[in-house]
Amino acid sequence: MGKMVTLTIDGQVISVPQGMLIVDAAKKAGIDIPVFCYHPKMEPVGMCRMCLVEVGRPVIDRTTGQPILEADGTPKIQFGPKLETACTTPVSEGMVVRTQTQVVAEARRGIIEFLLTSHPLDCPICDKGGECPLQNLTMAYGPGESRFQYEDKMHLAKHVPLGELIYLDRERCILCGRCVRFQSNVADDPVIAFSQRGRALQIVTFSEPGFDSYFSGNTTDICPVGALTTADFRFGARPWEMIPTASICPHCPVGCNLTLNVRREAAAGGREVIKRVMPRQNEWVNEIWICDKGRFGYHYTESPERLRQPLVRKNGRLEPATWEEALAFAAEGLRERSGVVALAGGRLSNEDFFNLYQVVTARQGRAVLYSTMAGGDYVQRYGLSGDANLAGLGKGDAVLVVATDLHEEAPLWWLRVKQAAERGATLIVANARPTKLERYAAHVIRYAYSEVLEKVQSLLAGESPEAQALAKATNLVIFFGQEGLSLEASEALATMLARLLVQNGQAERPLSGLVAVWPHANTQGGWEIGFRPDPDLAHTLATAGAVWVAAADPAGDDPILAQALEKAGFVIVQDLFLTETARRADVVFPVQAFTEREGTWTSGERRVQRFYPAVPELENTRPDFMIVAQVADHLGIPLVGRSASRVFDELARALPAFAGLSYTRLAEVVEQWPLVGRGDLYYGGTVYENTQGLGVRLARMSAGAELSEWPAVEIAPAPADDALYLVPVVRLYDQGQTLVPSHLLQQRMARAALYLAPATAAQLGVQTGERVEVSAGEWAETLTVYVDANVPVKAGLVPRSTGVPLRQPLWVRAQRAVLEPQP
Amino acid sequence: MKMIRSMVLVSGDSLSLERGAEQVLQALQNEIQAFGLSDEVSVMMIGDVGRHDALPMVIVYPEAAVYGPVRPEDVHYLVEEHLYKGRIANDLLAPVRELSGRIAWVAARKGTLPAEQRIVLRRVGLINPDDIEEYILHDGYTALGKVLTEMTPNEVIEEIKKSGLRGRGGAGFPTGAKWSFVAREKSAKKYIICNADESEPGTFKDRIILEGDPHSIIEAMAIAGYAVGADEGYIYVRGEYLLAQERLRRAIEQAREMGFLGKNIFGTDFSFDIHIHTGAGAYICGEETALIESIEGKRGQPRSRPPFPTTYGLWGKPTVVNNVETLANVPPIVLNGADWYRRFGTPSSPGTKVYTILGNVNVTGVIEVPMGITLREVINIYAKGMKGGAAFKLAQTGGSSGSLIPASLQDTPMDFDSYAKAGVALGSGALLICDENTCVVDLVKVLMNFFRKESCGKCNPCRIGTQRAYEIMCAIAEGRGKMEDLDQLLWLSENMYLLSNCGLGQTAGTPIKDMLKHFRAEVEAHIALHVCPTGVCKIKAFA
Repeated sequence: MGKMVTLTIDGQVISVPQGMLIVDAAKKAGIDIPVFCYHPKMEPVGMCRMCLVEVGRPVIDRTTGQPILEADGTPKIQFGPKLETACTTPVSEGMVVRTQTQVVAEARRGIIEFLLTSHPLDCPICDKGGECPLQNLTMAYGPGESRFQYEDKMHLAKHVPLGELIYLDRERCILCGRCVRFQSNVADDPVIAFSQRGRALQIVTFSEPGFDSYFSGNTTDICPVGALTTADFRFGARPWEMIPTASICPHCPVGCNLTLNVRREAAAGGREVIKRVMPRQNEWVNEIWICDKGRFGYHYTESPERLRQPLVRKNGRLEPATWEEALAFAAEGLRERSGVVALAGGRLSNEDFFNLYQVVTARQGRAVLYSTMAGGDYVQRYGLSGDANLAGLGKGDAVLVVATDLHEEAPLWWLRVKQAAERGATLIVANARPTKLERYAAHVIRYAYSEVLEKVQSLLAGESPEAQALAKATNLVIFFGQEGLSLEASEALATMLARLLVQNGQAERPLSGLVAVWPHANTQGGWEIGFRPDPDLAHTLATAGAVWVAAADPAGDDPILAQALEKAGFVIVQDLFLTETARRADVVFPVQAFTEREGTWTSGERRVQRFYPAVPELENTRPDFMIVAQVADHLGIPLVGRSASRVFDELARALPAFAGLSYTRLAEVVEQWPLVGRGDLYYGGTVYENTQGLGVRLARMSAGAELSEWPAVEIAPAPADDALYLVPVVRLYDQGQTLVPSHLLQQRMARAALYLAPATAAQLGVQTGERVEVSAGEWAETLTVYVDANVPVKAGLVPRSTGVPLRQPLWVRAQRAVLEPQP
Repeated sequence: MKMIRSMVLVSGDSLSLERGAEQVLQALQNEIQAFGLSDEVSVMMIGDVGRHDALPMVIVYPEAAVYGPVRPEDVHYLVEEHLYKGRIANDLLAPVRELSGRIAWVAARKGTLPAEQRIVLRRVGLINPDDIEEYILHDGYTALGKVLTEMTPNEVIEEIKKSGLRGRGGAGFPTGAKWSFVAREKSAKKYIICNADESEPGTFKDRIILEGDPHSIIEAMAIAGYAVGADEGYIYVRGEYLLAQERLRRAIEQAREMGFLGKNIFGTDFSFDIHIHTGAGAYICGEETALIESIEGKRGQPRSRPPFPTTYGLWGKPTVVNNVETLANVPPIVLNGADWYRRFGTPSSPGTKVYTILGNVNVTGVIEVPMGITLREVINIYAKGMKGGAAFKLAQTGGSSGSLIPASLQDTPMDFDSYAKAGVALGSGALLICDENTCVVDLVKVLMNFFRKESCGKCNPCRIGTQRAYEIMCAIAEGRGKMEDLDQLLWLSENMYLLSNCGLGQTAGTPIKDMLKHFRAEVEAHIALHVCPTGVCKIKAFA
């Protein structure tokens, strides 16, 4: 905490940290200084001039350095000849600020009148109407009418697509530059900018596709007028018609806090539907931002493809059944067989995982996590702890990012790591290929995919500048992913990284630790509850007496697993959709989406956060934990299954890390800075204030015994000189089942393809657009080639979840595919 | 050094070059050789000679005969008559209609024109700007040498402070104080920027200096660098000033070769180098913070102040931004001392000021005169009175953003404080002198059109206010005005002044305010009677 400064605003004496701007100090004191261009998350520019206030400073006697006093003993205050912008002026000792005088009121009225002379005032059809800073501030400070009628108004284009996601209404735009500054300074995707000057000034995009940024939706939140709207929501509803419900983003392990806006509407047959997804403030997680996948990727919950009825296999075919039938059938199937394997994916909630774990352990079965990445147990012991917030990282600290492309896998973590680097933390990025995060890195460690473990091991030796930077860091946060790694290799990687923390003496510090970049929202929760990935999943499935699959589609991901599943004795599937796995099941249970039920997820940072039901459940669906409890009931295993909070209470009793937690505790909030929401949207934007829970970080498990040596994993050497190491990589917009129904993102979704280095492509004699056959044993695929200079040689990158059955890296033979002439 | 009997100078400003000055120079060299005079006569091209009505010009010394316009085919006759036969070629002499530069200086010595007081222009038109040796011969780089070897940085700043030098870009901020702000900043890196974006319409004093005496700016920047502790400088030159850019580049190269720029200048620890950055035609980039943004490669938009460039300037480092004319004053002050400098001008605004005289007067051009001279003196003595004997109506000072000076202020001394006291601004030194046939509504309309186009658009009072003011002025000029419009105009100009971020918006309303203060009746005639008293505005006939 720096020095404090005492000043007076409108007669109220307050103390704030030195360097704070007047506008923020006033906000802290509960005094509103209206702004348009200023935003508490961005550097001030003083463009809109709305925040002009009277500022006085004590007169200092030059000879003594002491303030000159008035007759009554108070310091003499000298006010400036002109008003000053509260958003660019830092507070100083003894300053006196007046925000309620006649001069200030006239200035505000003047600014509003200036703005309105060119504004279309089409509030009745504007998406922002009702939550619009310009509207609200006009009501509060503007003149009743405009005196400028000349040429009526400027008439400009009203539907300018800045790409297919965001629309710009040029007439409404007041050119405050918040969006431009957000894109340049916060998101570092400077794809929109001012063009022209004077009254011809306008916002343009110059990327292809237009407004090419994963964070573009945030500009619609901070836009102080209705100039920027999302294609998803525009003309969809009026803000006051919608009911806000707190939720958590289901797409990645960051766990961004969301608010779902719901309205009952005729167009949906009188049902309540989600109209839009908005960010909800959580300064420990996502601050006030969310990525576009979180904002636009909710449509799968309302897909017509959703399962609406339990299915039971009769005479070799899946037939609709009642719940009672299906539950009894499932219980019957389990009762007869031993060797139950529960295979659960990271979309399940903690409660779902917990109940499933209870059942399979009661049946002496195995709880398998559907994941190709290890390390969750290390995160339990060496993760962040307590109140640690990535925003606390700065000078003297370090961040190490290994084998992951955060910008694609967890955009908000990318943003927060970038900000940590900008605050002075030493960022070290290790990957086989360049990623966007490297722009901010102090050191870049580049390796061939097969050398990753050696490279990381060399960090332990402490010789290189990178190793020394890590060793001398006060706090060290390590993000690790699975790019190019097998399950065994990722286990070894996690062990080494944990060792690094221990060896450098950072392991005990709260703001130091491992963060696993999982592919799903609650993979860490699976680890906490006891699910573990299986290195030989195909064998496990093929030999299982019964397989109970929840939130996973092994058959759809990999034909080998599909074959294995067919050999399994009895298969129960719980899912939203009739997946390839569900098609091979004996019983299929339709589950509820996260928007329809309660639950908790554990983020990659081990923060347990609640999501709430926003819309009524799809008829005939049940939450996963309830289905599990009901099956268990038939088997005579008593489980709590009526309400998520009760399941959570059981969980908190059973697991030490969750001790003392309850839904009430998870719903607690504290005041966060900046203050957003409340009655005034002008300041922070339309982001929602967090009133329903910041979540709680799980207690760090005791480190226990000495860290074991890591398994001696050798990444399989190339089987032949011309072999290609095929690596699945994550793209934010993939063809996953939870994203494809968001048609808006269709154009930007990754397609099945093979990305090759120019040298590799030349060796194979192929160019972009041509096709290559890759094969390993029986496994073979033909893929379209994209030549990309960022791909390492001897490697081929394949976007995950695009239909290519590649779960783990694989050495393959590659050859140019000769197309058969079409008949 | 050889002895010569005659010196022949050819004007080398951009207009002369366009009109064939190079060919004239070539022809002169050929003819002089042909007449066998090469050992007795020197020929060279110099910068702007200060008048632009008969270019290209040839000046022959010691007679100080000014010929122009000279075509290559005239050269044979000129050389034969003047240089070979020794008599002035009367039929080629240029008529004296304009004054400034070398010609005015010469003419003044001969008693045909009133004297100027030349400090910053003392070498302009006398030396070859492309030759550093000529600059050195005329005391060039002596001031830098003195500063580096005999003075501490603090002494330099004290000397400038004592001289009372004030910024010549328009605002008149004390230069010494500005330097001391930067000097006391604790930063390893600081910058000196020379603002040569001279974009006020009608102002071209800086161009004359840059084209005619580029080394004086280089020397002054190095002195400033030494005084404040900067080792790097930028000259931001207006994009259209191609000749100035070319001459500056050459001058910088020569200065580097001779060791006046670069490492360890004069064998001291002091190092300094200069880059040239050219503008791209934006008026706003003359504003110092927009200029800094432009050098940084961003949109030319003013920053909000504070922080001022003296603490947070180029690339976030403390930066001195000085106008060309301001800098040109520095070497003479250093050489001759502050007391010498204070002998010129007024106590609060010492020194001289370079004015560009334009408009409805008999003689237009550049003059350098002491601060405190009155407008009436300028018009009557230097401009030789109003054209055609018409009556003086108003003068606009300092380009677009200056004030409208009515006849009643003709006898106010032209210095920063006297003008401020009278409620007007001196500005950059352009004097647009208008006679009784000028319509003030039309003039202000034109100015508002300029502002609405040149407003960068960053802050809304200026972006929208200039547009609205222009629309209202158009309405008045076209006879559609209403009396309430005048209140709105005042409201606009007042609010633009109070609410805008930078000087452009803050001063854009000045002409409106002055118009309504001094010429309200004329404006009201447009509105109430639908009549333009001067007949300039095409007011539609009303039934």
